[in-house]
Amino acid sequence: MTVTTAQSPPGDQGPQPSPDGPVTPSVPGTILPARRTTRTESRRNLATLRATDVYAMLAAAAASLCITWLLFDRMLPFNGALGFVVVSYALFLGVYALLVSFDEDGPAVRDRVAAAVVQSLGLVMLAVLAFVVVYTLYEGRDALPHLNFYTESMADAGPIEPLSVGGILHAIVGTLWQISIALLICIPAGLVCAVFLNEVPGAFSRFVRTIVEAMTALPSIVAGLFIYATFILALGFERSGLAAALAISVMMLPIIIRAADVVIRLVPGTLREASYALGTSRWRTVWHVVLPTSRSGLTTAIILGTARGVGETSPVLLTAGYTAELNTDPLHDPMVSLPLAAFELVKSPEPTYIARGFGTAAVLLVLVLVLFVFARVLGGRGPGQLTRRQEHHRVRASRRDAKRFAAYASADQSSDRPAPTRSTP
Amino acid sequence: MSVRCGVHSVPEASWHVTTRISERPVTPAAQPPRRLYPDPGVSDRVFRGVLRSGGALVLVIMLLVGGFLSYRAWEALSVAKWGFITTETWEPDGGNFGIAAVLVGTILIALVAIVFAVPMALGTALYISEYAPPRIRQTLISIVDLMAAVPSVVYGLWGLFFFQGHVVTLSRWISTYFGWIPLFEVDGADPRDPLATATVFTSSTFIAGMVVSLMVAPIICSVMREVFSQAPIGEREGAFALGANRWGMIRSVVLPFGKGGMIGGAMLGLGRALGETIAVYLIISPVFVIQPHILQNGTSSVSSLIALRYGEASEIGMSALMAAGLALFLMTLVVNFVASSIVARSRSGAASDS
Repeated sequence: MTVTTAQSPPGDQGPQPSPDGPVTPSVPGTILPARRTTRTESRRNLATLRATDVYAMLAAAAASLCITWLLFDRMLPFNGALGFVVVSYALFLGVYALLVSFDEDGPAVRDRVAAAVVQSLGLVMLAVLAFVVVYTLYEGRDALPHLNFYTESMADAGPIEPLSVGGILHAIVGTLWQISIALLICIPAGLVCAVFLNEVPGAFSRFVRTIVEAMTALPSIVAGLFIYATFILALGFERSGLAAALAISVMMLPIIIRAADVVIRLVPGTLREASYALGTSRWRTVWHVVLPTSRSGLTTAIILGTARGVGETSPVLLTAGYTAELNTDPLHDPMVSLPLAAFELVKSPEPTYIARGFGTAAVLLVLVLVLFVFARVLGGRGPGQLTRRQEHHRVRASRRDAKRFAAYASADQSSDRPAPTRSTP
Repeated sequence: MSVRCGVHSVPEASWHVTTRISERPVTPAAQPPRRLYPDPGVSDRVFRGVLRSGGALVLVIMLLVGGFLSYRAWEALSVAKWGFITTETWEPDGGNFGIAAVLVGTILIALVAIVFAVPMALGTALYISEYAPPRIRQTLISIVDLMAAVPSVVYGLWGLFFFQGHVVTLSRWISTYFGWIPLFEVDGADPRDPLATATVFTSSTFIAGMVVSLMVAPIICSVMREVFSQAPIGEREGAFALGANRWGMIRSVVLPFGKGGMIGGAMLGLGRALGETIAVYLIISPVFVIQPHILQNGTSSVSSLIALRYGEASEIGMSALMAAGLALFLMTLVVNFVASSIVARSRSGAASDS
């Protein structure tokens, strides 16, 4: 960009005729800008990506592919797709650095190479993770279209029965029972404990918080082993849905408490102080201020804990037992859940069983996805941030109040007292 | 922050004030010192009691788990004594059992997982927080969080049916060219035999570790991204103003700021990797000798040992499994505590004023 003002440097004396444009008489101390009318300013390009960068990247990619092909096909005894990708990627980085170094200095070369490495690492991880999910759904394609897959149990399906017989209704029912019981235990206990950690500060709550944080490290199989040793072996109950639900609760409780604790801690102190300043008692403050403010976050915490609990296999493996039949009684007899059914089905050598196992895993995956999307729709909003609907409600309430005040004011005017303010100049 | 602390410390502070006032030399006939905080009332006392009992209930459950594990483990430990740590075999009924083999297997699997997961997670976290266009940033964060919630059995299925078949060639390549390193040595593999069977490379520590790395990478990534995104904007702009380009800014501001989060996130992932059961159980074939060759068929881990042996365990066998579970729990506990203290002590949260 050329400078459009003629400005003389401080040390410079004497008249400074501008090369183009009308010359202003140079009065010492005052310099008027030279005005140009002939040339219009061109719009600046704000993009940080330049065409040469793109060319360098494409050229490096092409060069690395060619060299790798030459190496693998003509010169060296290498083969294999993975080796091809790795070698060509390394060559790409080298060639790219070389091309950039023709135009730029060292730090810029490092910047470009680092950007390429970081972006490709991120891309690889997201791609692999997406592939795991898509692979499971794709492998479930044999079992999922059969309607009986959702309406029958495996009781009638022998090893050689086709996919049109038998299904995973027993696992779906078992999962629903177990997670419902676990939530029945975890939601009240978890929320009360999280509120306790925040509202009753002191040495005791610090101790409880430490223990809860420690228990988030509990491996899920150990939680299952604990319930197996106490509830089943020591107390003499049989393997049942209830035992599995207890094992899931032991695992889920610390997770929910920790997430809810973080959410409640985010409630602004000013809101609490405002409530106390109005003379409210502690429990009313919690009930009317703290919990409503953090409602979306608490919901998210519970749903994410549920997603973890639904997907855990190992505690259920030890406590629920395995059955191929539908069992709607959580207190007696083995009750299988979705992850456990997937785990047991794929251990069989029969292809139809393996297909059913992948179908079960796909159903489980979809369940977790739905729970997750649900959590994001409900939560993902900080305390105090309102949805459109809540905002609408609030605007309407405030409009109602305004109308009420106006009615009071007009009532005051009709009775012969002077109107309160406004009329004064 | 300070405001909230103020609210919390009100009762304690007022007690101190009360005692200090009463120490003043006043005549006993004078009025007693005024209460500086109001009587909470019956409802609040009940409320506080409910909260306290809820906290106590959770505490009791948690202590019960730890206490019961220790109590039952004690029987086995008193039989095995120090041999529990050094013995490789697992024959609890014969009184000859120990966790040397399974512990080494567990740690190796977790280390392989961390070696693969940390660079991927670091790259992804940097990409999301520094490079990604702001429009898709929130979507990427959601995807990574979702991946952390995908059930482990799904990763196990993928590892067993897809990944294992494809990674064997990589294992073979590593053992052919780097077999002279003891870690990568494979007994029974002949690099000169093109028709050699691939079974010596399946079900190995390496494969199990790579599958577990996919499970823990989203967790590590989300911790790191959280810390990176808290790097103070003033320092970022300062770096740019001094002429740094993007990588220079990341190296001089974001990475030093996020060091604690990086280490802590990696250790949290390590804790998860140590306790992972199902994905490992599906892939490995258990052996009860110390297996330092990570590419070789056969390894074991504490959690898969429990899943394998709980059904047939006798009284002492159950106790031995409890002892193994306790050892695993203690290990993850130490790792998690160190991790969370590192994350808490890092500069995160103590941002500069700008």
